[in-house]
Amino acid sequence: MTIANPGIGALERLNTLPPDWPGGFWWHWLLFTIVTIAVVFIMLIINIYIERRGMGRIQSRVGPNRTGPFGIFQAVADGVKILTKEFITPANSDKVIFWLAPIVAFAPVFLIFAVVPITDGGLLADLNIGILYVVAIGSVSTVGVFMAGWSSSNKYSLLGAMRNVAAVVSYEIPMVLAIASVVLVAGSLSLNQIVLAQDIPFILLQPLAFVIVFLSGCAEINRSPFDLMEADSELVAGFHTEYSGMKFAMFYLVEYGEAFVVASIISTLFLGGWRGPVLPQWLWFVIKAILIFFVMVWIRTTSPRVRIDQLMALAWKFFFPLALINLFVTGILVLTLPEGYQWVMIPVNFAVAGVLILLWSRLFKLGWGRVEV
Amino acid sequence: MATRTETLELRTEPFVLNMGPVHPSTHGVFRMRVTLDGEVIINIEPIFGYLHRGIEKLAEERTYTGFIPLTDRLDYIASMTNNLGYVLAVEKLAGITVPERAEYLRVIMSELQRIGAHLVAVGSFLNELGSYFTHFLYMYRERERIVDLFDMVCGQRLLYNYMRIGGVSHDIPEEFTPALREFLRQMPRYINEYEWLIKDHEILLARTKGVGILPRETAINSSISGPVLRGSGVKWDIRKADPYSIYDRFEFEIPTGTVGDCYDRYRVRIEEIKQSLRIIEQAIDQLPPGEVRSEVPHLIRPPVGEAYARIEAPKGELGFYLVSDNSIAPYRCHIRSPSLINLSALREMLLGWKVQDAIITFGSIDITMGEVDR
Repeated sequence: MTIANPGIGALERLNTLPPDWPGGFWWHWLLFTIVTIAVVFIMLIINIYIERRGMGRIQSRVGPNRTGPFGIFQAVADGVKILTKEFITPANSDKVIFWLAPIVAFAPVFLIFAVVPITDGGLLADLNIGILYVVAIGSVSTVGVFMAGWSSSNKYSLLGAMRNVAAVVSYEIPMVLAIASVVLVAGSLSLNQIVLAQDIPFILLQPLAFVIVFLSGCAEINRSPFDLMEADSELVAGFHTEYSGMKFAMFYLVEYGEAFVVASIISTLFLGGWRGPVLPQWLWFVIKAILIFFVMVWIRTTSPRVRIDQLMALAWKFFFPLALINLFVTGILVLTLPEGYQWVMIPVNFAVAGVLILLWSRLFKLGWGRVEV
Repeated sequence: MATRTETLELRTEPFVLNMGPVHPSTHGVFRMRVTLDGEVIINIEPIFGYLHRGIEKLAEERTYTGFIPLTDRLDYIASMTNNLGYVLAVEKLAGITVPERAEYLRVIMSELQRIGAHLVAVGSFLNELGSYFTHFLYMYRERERIVDLFDMVCGQRLLYNYMRIGGVSHDIPEEFTPALREFLRQMPRYINEYEWLIKDHEILLARTKGVGILPRETAINSSISGPVLRGSGVKWDIRKADPYSIYDRFEFEIPTGTVGDCYDRYRVRIEEIKQSLRIIEQAIDQLPPGEVRSEVPHLIRPPVGEAYARIEAPKGELGFYLVSDNSIAPYRCHIRSPSLINLSALREMLLGWKVQDAIITFGSIDITMGEVDR
């Protein structure tokens, strides 16, 4: 088990990590800012392509296939089209906030990638509080979404934004608890250290935490089956009903950017991040992130949407106690297991996960949800 | 301290949400004025009339034959059955007999139409549940084959204008029967595919079981018909209760639900598809040779009187009430459209549920705005 040295100051660590980069800290900073932005944009385009083509194949149709070979430039073509569109501001809207909201929602996607290791030490800043930073910055998008919903002066937008805030506030708690159990096993908050600690991928050591983080992540970023915030069959387009032109495109990119953020955080925490044989490290990272993203696409195309009270019930009655028990069990295991016996966690935690899920699904009823009026 | 708690108390008030007339899930231009307390519906007021074209009045300006194309525009998802309802009323009024072969063709076409309409209904219902078009597109894939079959017999894909007074417009072409048999052979497999994909989905059960309950008594009192009524557990199907055409010659069951929730209505539709396949299979086996249209004058002048013919359309009881004054056009034409009357219990079904339930309950009733507004 690798344990990060807490004695070194954060700035000093930035200067020393990674040591083999020429020019030291500032060159590293400049290079990785560009790399981060480029990676995020390229992955956005790849994700949009995978979602549209994958959904097409699942729905027994072809999907976009006209722009470039196999339609790979569809996202580019859509982007060019949407740039030329007019940006309409509703008359009754709160103009400044309406204008600011997409930017507030968009920035965190890039900020998070500052701490995600793409190769060994290949990251902008190896913060020793990395995962805490991810969770904190990840919630900032919600502020942007709520600003958009509130300022549009549209009832659908307001309902969608309210649902989003409720979902994020609820799902943050089980998600952080599940991540905490991963941190316990890894012994560090730094994402690079967490990857280094994964001689056994944490999906085997923490199966329950994986399920909770994956589904909570889906709920936080409006992925189906928790996409109530922009439920197209109910709220037209949710919080971005009134947006058009490039501002709409920014919300569209936020959606896929956040999906990629969640996919890469999950692949870092549970699937061993950049670790893997033969292939280069960055390619392993991309493959794992895309794999997780494809599972999200798969769920989106086959699963109906949950209701808002069921969404809340799932967070508070199901995930929250399960994450708490999982954290407790993991804590005991980490304390009692001697060095080199980490594999004992695999059978124990799989058994705990199976028993808890079976037990809770018996106890836990969704209820009819009717209110007497 | 008391004043402090007072200031901390949140003041809430209900707000009114206009769902529609332009909304992705209102099946056209339906409008619901929903009063919400948070997410809970405390009042609902359906408003329609955005698609009113005065079809009943137009009937009085046209000949009896000339009105058939307009009946296509009522429930455009199920044009064949609209045609059938109207021509049955005229035949009853004028005392026209229909050749045997035409009767069989009418049954085959209306049952194919029922399958097509139910596929659309279930597909859009599942889409409104949020399954992002997957099931919708699967069901459209099969509807496409039905539409192709209709294309063979009448050259149209949406508004068929196939039934005529005293028969049907064309006999079926040679390639129709093998294509239909192929469809009958493959369809059960496709139904199994849908069932396997979604029937026992946990979220589907949680969203639809017990949601939007229409009690048996309310359903009968509101004169509701079709799959919505049968979902509430009433075994009432006009094909059995008051057989028209030659429906008394076929064996089939009437599937019913038990509770009357959205899930029951969805199940009833899937089961009805299976029963329709049975009817078509029997009809194509028994199909006799002969004429498909009896000799009818171009301008029909029925004797003075009135007639009401009702059929089991995919959405419920479709009735045409015609009054004749011995001229070439009906004196009065009234259409009892199932979509409009099935909406009458909407308020009872939705009060106390959430916005999301309103959408799926509305979807499970399955209306077509062309028929609601006429």
